[in-house]
Amino acid sequence: MFEIRGLSKRFGGLQAVKAVDFDLAEGEVVGLLGPNGSGKTTVMNLISGVFPANGGSIRLGGRRLDGLPAHRIAKEGVSRTFQLVRLAPSLSVRQNVLLSLSFGARPVSGREAERRADEALSRVGLEGVGDARVPDLNYIDQKRVELARAVATRPRLLLLDEWLAGLNPTELRAAIALVGSLRDDGATILLVEHIMEAVRALCPRSIVMRAGEKIADGPTAEVLNDRRVVEAYLGGAAHV
Amino acid sequence: MRPAVSALACALLVAGLAALPLFVGGYGQGVLVGLMNAVVLASAWALFSGPTKYVSLATVAFFGIGAYTVAVLTETMPFGAILAVAGAIGVAVALLVGLATLRLAGVYFVIFSFGLAELVRQIITWFETSVNRTLGRYIFIDLSATAIYWMLLALAVAVIGTRWLIERGRLGLAVHAIGDDEIVARHAGVDVTKVKLALFALSALAMTLAGAIQAPRWTYVEPSIVFNPNISFTALIMALLGGATRLWGPVFGAVPLFFFFEWLSVTMPGQFSIVLGLTFIVIVFLVPNGVLDLAEKGLRKTRGPNAGDARHV
Amino acid sequence: MLLSTLVFGVVLGGTYALVALGLTIQYGVARIMNLSFGEVVMFGAFATFVLFTGASLSPVLGLFVVVPLAFAISWILYTVLMRPLVKRARHPERVEIDSILVTFGLLFLFQGLFTQAFGSGYTGYGWLQAPVEILGARVASGRVLGLGLACLIGLGLWAATTRTRWGLTMRAVATRPAFAALVGIDENRVARQAFALGGAIAGAGGAILSMYQPVTPIDGGFLTMKALVIVIMGGIGNMGGALAAGLIIGIVEALVSYAVDPGLTLAATYAIFLAVLLWRPKGLFA
Repeated sequence: MFEIRGLSKRFGGLQAVKAVDFDLAEGEVVGLLGPNGSGKTTVMNLISGVFPANGGSIRLGGRRLDGLPAHRIAKEGVSRTFQLVRLAPSLSVRQNVLLSLSFGARPVSGREAERRADEALSRVGLEGVGDARVPDLNYIDQKRVELARAVATRPRLLLLDEWLAGLNPTELRAAIALVGSLRDDGATILLVEHIMEAVRALCPRSIVMRAGEKIADGPTAEVLNDRRVVEAYLGGAAHV
Repeated sequence: MRPAVSALACALLVAGLAALPLFVGGYGQGVLVGLMNAVVLASAWALFSGPTKYVSLATVAFFGIGAYTVAVLTETMPFGAILAVAGAIGVAVALLVGLATLRLAGVYFVIFSFGLAELVRQIITWFETSVNRTLGRYIFIDLSATAIYWMLLALAVAVIGTRWLIERGRLGLAVHAIGDDEIVARHAGVDVTKVKLALFALSALAMTLAGAIQAPRWTYVEPSIVFNPNISFTALIMALLGGATRLWGPVFGAVPLFFFFEWLSVTMPGQFSIVLGLTFIVIVFLVPNGVLDLAEKGLRKTRGPNAGDARHV
Repeated sequence: MLLSTLVFGVVLGGTYALVALGLTIQYGVARIMNLSFGEVVMFGAFATFVLFTGASLSPVLGLFVVVPLAFAISWILYTVLMRPLVKRARHPERVEIDSILVTFGLLFLFQGLFTQAFGSGYTGYGWLQAPVEILGARVASGRVLGLGLACLIGLGLWAATTRTRWGLTMRAVATRPAFAALVGIDENRVARQAFALGGAIAGAGGAILSMYQPVTPIDGGFLTMKALVIVIMGGIGNMGGALAAGLIIGIVEALVSYAVDPGLTLAATYAIFLAVLLWRPKGLFA
C-alpha cells in the first residue's frame, strides 16, 4: 500500500537519510525507532513533504508522493502530527479540525464538515470543547486537537511524530489507548517514538534507524533484542 | 437577530456616507475623497498583509499604475473600460511579483515590494522620455468630486465586504492558519502560495482602482506625482494603528490619521516626513496590535479577570 | 568609453559591496532587517561633507570621525529601538515584522532630517577630481581612492571575522543562534555589536561614496534596496557572496546607465534580483 525505495536526504555535508527502503501494508501500525539524530523525523518530513528528497521514491497506493508539495501530499491522504504541537492559535479548536476537513483529502464543507469535526473531537476525547480557544487548553489537550485534525480526514496514512512524548504516566496510558483505538479502526500508522512501552503496546512491527540507515525491520520484540539495535541505542544513550 | 442588526447598521452607515457630499461644499468634498481613499488603501493593504503577515511596501506601485493607466488611455475609451484595463494591469503585475516571491520567505517579498514602486516609476519614465519623448500627461475626464467619492465608497464597501466574506468562509480558516503557522496550513492541505497570491492580487486590484478612480482629479500627472512613496507609508501606518488583523481595524486607523496627516501637511509641510516617521515608530511600540485590540483588552479587564490571553482573530 | 564604464562600475560596485557587507552582518548576525540602513550610509556622506566644508577636514581623515559616529548611532538604535522589540516578542517572526516596520519609520524620519538640513537637491564637494589613467580610461582620482579604501576596509573586516576569536563568535551566532547560548555566548551583546559594526561600515561606505559623487537625501532608500538585493544574491551572511554580488550590480548599473539610460539603474538591479529569485533564491553561491 505504502512503499519507500532508496530514500535519501542530504543537509549540506550531512547525509541524514541513506537509501532507506520499507513498505507498510494496509492497516499496519509500525514503529520507527532509533537514537536522536538517526533520521527518523527526517523520514517523516520527507514523506509529508516538508522538504524534497535527494533521491528515491515514495508511493502511496501506487501514486508517487515524492516531489509533491506538502499540501498535495495531504490531499493524497497523508496526515501528520508534529514533535512539538503545531496548531493555529487564532482559530478555535473546532476550526483547527475544520481546516484539514476543508482542505485535506476528500474535502467536505458546511454541516457535514461541522459534524465530522465534532466526531473527530469526541474521538480523541474532546467532546464539547470545540469552541474553546487553543491557548486555553493544556498540553495534552492541544495534542489531542492535533490528532483530531490529523484523523478527521480519515487519512490513508497517519504519521505520528513523538505524539506520546511529554505526557505524565496517566496521560500516557490514555494516549496509548487512543492510538490503539485508531489502530483497531484499521488506520495505517507510522509512528516515531522513544517510549518503548508504547511501541511494544502499539506496534507489532518496528523499523530501526541509525545514522540515516535502516538497520533492522521486523517484529518489535525481535528487533528490540537485535544486537545492532542495542548497540545503536547504547551508543545513542551514552551522550544523553 | 444580531446579523440582521449588523446588516442594517452597515446599510445605514453606507447610506449616510453616500449622502455626506450633498451637505458639504467643494472643499469638504475634496476632503471626503481623500478620506475615502485612505480607507480604501488601508483596508486593501490589510486584506493581504493582515492575515498573511507579509509586510507590503508596494501600495503606491499599484496606486500609481492605476493613475497612470488612466492618464495614458484618457479619451481613447469610456472611463469604465479604462478602469477595467487598469485593474487588469495591476493584477498582472501583482501576479508576476507574487509568483516570484510569495513561494519564498517573507523577506524576499518585503525587499521586492520595497523597490517595486520605484521600479515601475523608472520604467514608465524611461518609456515616456525615450519612446514618447514627453514626460507628463493631461487627463481630460470630467468627473465631479462627488462622483469620485461615490466610486471610492463603493470600492471601500467591496474591499471590506470581500474580507468579511473571506473571514466567514472556509478560505478564512486557511488565511488565519497561514498567519499563525504556515506549516500547519500546508500539512492540512492548504495551497498556501495560491491563497497568498489570490489575496495579494485582490489587494493590488483595489489599490490600482483607487489610483485610477482618483486620476481625473489631477488633470496633469507625471510619474513622480503618482508614485509618491508617502502613499505606501501612510496606508501601512493607518492599517497598523487600527489593527491589520481585524475587519474594521484599517477604518479605525485611517480616519484619525487622515485628518492628522492633513493637519500636518498644512501646519508643518517641511517636517512632514519627520513627524510621519516618529508617529510610525510610536505606533509600533505602543499599539503593536492596533487600537481595536487595545480597546478589547481594556473592555475585558473592566468586565472580568477571566478573559485569558488576548489572542486576536 | 566601454572601458571607463567598466572601471566606473567596479568603483561603484566596490562601494556597494562594502555597504552590503555591513547589511549582511546586521541581518546575518543581529537578524534585524534594517530598512533604514541606507540612511546611515547617507549620514556618513553628509557628515563627511560637513567636516570637509565646515572644518576643512580631508574626507579620508573624516573617516576617523564618521565611522565611530555611525557605530555609536547604530549602537544606540539597537539598544533603544531594536532590543525592546526582540525582548517583547513571543515569536522570532514578530521581531522580523516589527523591525521592518520600525526601520521603515526610521527611513522617513532620517530622510526628513536630511532634507531639513541639506535641502532636497544634490550635496557634494569637489575633491581629488584630477583624472588618473587606468587601463587607458581616465578616472577621477577620488574614485580610485574610494575603491582602494573600500577594498582596505573589506579586507580588514574579512581578516577580523575569519582570524579572531571575536569573528568566530559572530559567525557562531550567525550560523547557529540556538547553540551560541550553550557555549556561553551572550547573544544580545553579539547582536548589538554586529548591528553597530554594520552601521559603522555603512558610515564608511557613505563617506567613500561622497568622495566621488554628490548625494541627495532620498538616495538612502535606493542604497538600502540595492544592498538588500546584493545580500540576497550573495546569500545571507555570506561575505564573499556580497562582494561578488556587489561588483556585479555595480558593473551592470554602470553598463545600463551608459548604454541605455541612467534612469534605469534600479530597474536593472531588480531585473537581476528577479532572475535570482526564480533561479537561485538562496543566493548565487549557495
